[in-house]
Amino acid sequence: MKLTVWTYEGPPHVGAMRVATGMRGLHYVLHAPQGDTYADLLFTMIERRNHRPPVTYTTFQARDLGEDTANLFRTACQSAYDRHKPQAMIVGSSCTAELIQDDPGGMSETMGLPVPIIPLELPSYQRKENFGTDETFFRIVKALARPMERSAHISANLIGPTGLGFRHRDDITEVTALLEEMGISVNVVAPMGATPQDITRMGAAHFNVLMYPEHAEAAARWLERNLGQPYTKVVPIGIGATRDFIAEVAGMAGVVPKADDSRLRMPWYSKSVDSTYLTGKRVFLFGDATHVRAMARVARDEMGFEVVGLGCYNREFARDIRKLARDYGVEALITDDYLEVEKTIEDLAPEMILGTQMERHIGKRLGIPCAVISSPVHVQDFPARYSPQMGWEGANVLFDTLVHPLVMGLEEHLLHMFREDFEFHDEAGASHHGGAVRLRAVESTPAPAEAQPATAASDAIVWLSDAERELKKIPFFVRGKARRNTEKFALEKGVQKISVETLYEAKAHYAR
Amino acid sequence: MTVDTPVPARGCRDAAVLKERGQREVFCGLTGIIWLHRKMQDAFFLVVGSRTCAHLLQSAAGVMIFAEPRFGTAILEEKDLAGLACANEELDREVERLLSRRPDIRQLFLVGSCPSEVIKLDLHRAAERLTRKYAPHVRVINFSGSGIETTFTEGEDACLAAMVPALPDTGERQLLMVGALPDVVEDQALSLLSEMGIAPVRCLPAARTDKTPGVGENTVVALTQPFLNETAAHLERRGARILSAPFPFGEEGTTAWLWAVAQEFGVDAETFTRVTEAPRARARKAIAAATETLGGKSVFFFPDSQLEIPLARFLTRECGMTAVEVGTPFINKRIVGPELDLLAEGPVISEGQDVDRQLDRCRAARPDLTVCGLGLANPLEAEGMATKWAIELVFTPVHFYEQAGDLAGLFARPLRRRALLSGLEGAA
Repeated sequence: MKLTVWTYEGPPHVGAMRVATGMRGLHYVLHAPQGDTYADLLFTMIERRNHRPPVTYTTFQARDLGEDTANLFRTACQSAYDRHKPQAMIVGSSCTAELIQDDPGGMSETMGLPVPIIPLELPSYQRKENFGTDETFFRIVKALARPMERSAHISANLIGPTGLGFRHRDDITEVTALLEEMGISVNVVAPMGATPQDITRMGAAHFNVLMYPEHAEAAARWLERNLGQPYTKVVPIGIGATRDFIAEVAGMAGVVPKADDSRLRMPWYSKSVDSTYLTGKRVFLFGDATHVRAMARVARDEMGFEVVGLGCYNREFARDIRKLARDYGVEALITDDYLEVEKTIEDLAPEMILGTQMERHIGKRLGIPCAVISSPVHVQDFPARYSPQMGWEGANVLFDTLVHPLVMGLEEHLLHMFREDFEFHDEAGASHHGGAVRLRAVESTPAPAEAQPATAASDAIVWLSDAERELKKIPFFVRGKARRNTEKFALEKGVQKISVETLYEAKAHYAR
Repeated sequence: MTVDTPVPARGCRDAAVLKERGQREVFCGLTGIIWLHRKMQDAFFLVVGSRTCAHLLQSAAGVMIFAEPRFGTAILEEKDLAGLACANEELDREVERLLSRRPDIRQLFLVGSCPSEVIKLDLHRAAERLTRKYAPHVRVINFSGSGIETTFTEGEDACLAAMVPALPDTGERQLLMVGALPDVVEDQALSLLSEMGIAPVRCLPAARTDKTPGVGENTVVALTQPFLNETAAHLERRGARILSAPFPFGEEGTTAWLWAVAQEFGVDAETFTRVTEAPRARARKAIAAATETLGGKSVFFFPDSQLEIPLARFLTRECGMTAVEVGTPFINKRIVGPELDLLAEGPVISEGQDVDRQLDRCRAARPDLTVCGLGLANPLEAEGMATKWAIELVFTPVHFYEQAGDLAGLFARPLRRRALLSGLEGAA
């Protein structure tokens, strides 16, 4: 048993729902107790879907357990078919049904329904949501995709986007445009938007664009092995990755790499003088492996940040992320325990976090700005406006996303200049919130007696009051770091009382 | 003076109930934790369940999950399923960790889920074992919020019912107000009762363990929520008497509820009028504002919380709406009987659900307003039907006089919004 409050991922059957809800003409019959229908609202509320997810739940109750839950499943399966007439069905168990050991796959096979029935084995007590998406899509592809003649025109499948995917909707548009510019057409986008019939014609594509390895890597491998379709390894998030992606695709398709980056504004924005202040901003990254990998490169090479730590919650990609962390000279954090993430962030004291909904709240608590780069996300990250992460427009979006939480150049400069001002000190809060401003007394407070211990930092170290006051002059968003560094420096030097002198010696010591 | 509330010639008490079985689009009882933990300030709710349970709580709690809430899930792992003895040790270890991290916790609820019930993990004995271990500082209580046994608000019922056997005995003549109400509402109710001279009045659940009420033969129980069937039965077993009354929704419901209590405690009509006259007038005035929108409109209830029958009574009698169908997960005629008497004959009363068939009925009826869960709300809106999502009615203060206008407002708002946005029609 493991005590949990936040979970980065839902159970695997929610992953299967994401595939089913992304697709059309497919129905999912889920053997599950009453109450598991809660997952519908993830789609109808967070993603604001205008129809019910194509899922029929058996919703068995306690009184059914003594009777025949298997029969209940058969009835649900039959009536789901009769009502929805899908082109294919997927069937499986949620965590509770897994325990009562009815066999949805076996039962549905014997029912003689006139469409393909694809059974899913999703071990709920070992695996999680992303495994569920990957496995479900793999099973569907394996059951339906067949070798066939390649399309006359060069085409590719886009695989991986699902229901409830972070910016999947707009990434599809962006990647489709990147391919079209090279004269490559899109054969099938799947699971998002595809019907089971579409899956049967995936074999016509010359290769696959693996948009999200979390959701379609197993399918990509199977298609490579059985249909001879190679798949792309680069995920086009960020400028560098988009260029690499274009080169990779051109190589795969045997065409000339071409790109219309006339609308790409990100490089100039990042080079303009107002961005100088971004240099060396210390960032911590956490999320799903794909987005963390891509965003680490954007952060370091395209924004000029310093990556001080990174990690992911999906263990399936632990090895990749450990290797990535070594390349960046940092420790990888592979965990699905938000308390560990919080502890790491506290220890690293970054100036910015790139993470998920959870990190946004950790950042709020610690007073560290945060931008959301990965699932799990909340309703505000399913925006009405066009906001891809991939391709050229994606890069523009990323620049804005990463900069907005930070205090920008001129503003930061002014804050530094006026930080001791009676109006603009940081306890006053944002100035446009009129009423809340607390003015500071204009006369300076009387100087307290020198060398009086202000606060005890740890067992041995004491901050003298003048040093404590000096520390307060440092802007709040770097103050914690300054305090920690100074204490560390004092410990190393065997200094017990921190004076203004010590503070500045430490500052010089850690200068970069 | 509606001490004599007008009763329709034919109410719904004897109306045929449409009982349905099939797919149910409802929450499980675990959801109750989300409002219960806020009410009981020194309690922690530890669900023993699967990742699905944790995910449900996270999805239902929304942003609340980020505020160090006093609930969590001990997620069963593969190894817990292999052997039961091990599961008990694991549970003890997690509880130890939890209590050492949260020394402020005085009541720990071990909440059963579908997985823990199906593997027959004996949480009742675990609770007894842990109570012995942590007495007297912490009391450990077990109840089930599993989907196989409980629907949404039944989780609160199961929780309160589990507390009843441990309540101290008392011979005192007292009023016990049962049901977790928002603090502001509870205070209003207590103040009205005290102005009528009714005392002592105690609440279940209490805000803190040291305020836990006693129960005994001279205890009179006034339920503030219609879904407390098990709790009522347990209280009766302890000798308490349950007052029969409509529930305090709207001006009329609140007055009738207070009148039932007042009669029990021998409050004279004059005192009753003096205390209730002003708030009743306020409530009527506030409701009138929303009635302009709601009057003459039809309403359809999908089953969710068992609040549906009292709310249909309020909307039809005080807001001028007509009810097409009133769906509810469970009907206990003893408890909602007074409500059914007041609800005029007409609507289909349905118990249980086959969601697809109910949707067919709803589409055929094209009601002006549909009260349903969040899984159905947006899809129905997309079909052109106005909806009011039901969960809000459980989280928002809606009981008693001062909230009567807000309650009507919750139903009027979607219709007003629909009218305001009518210019958007056809814009995707």
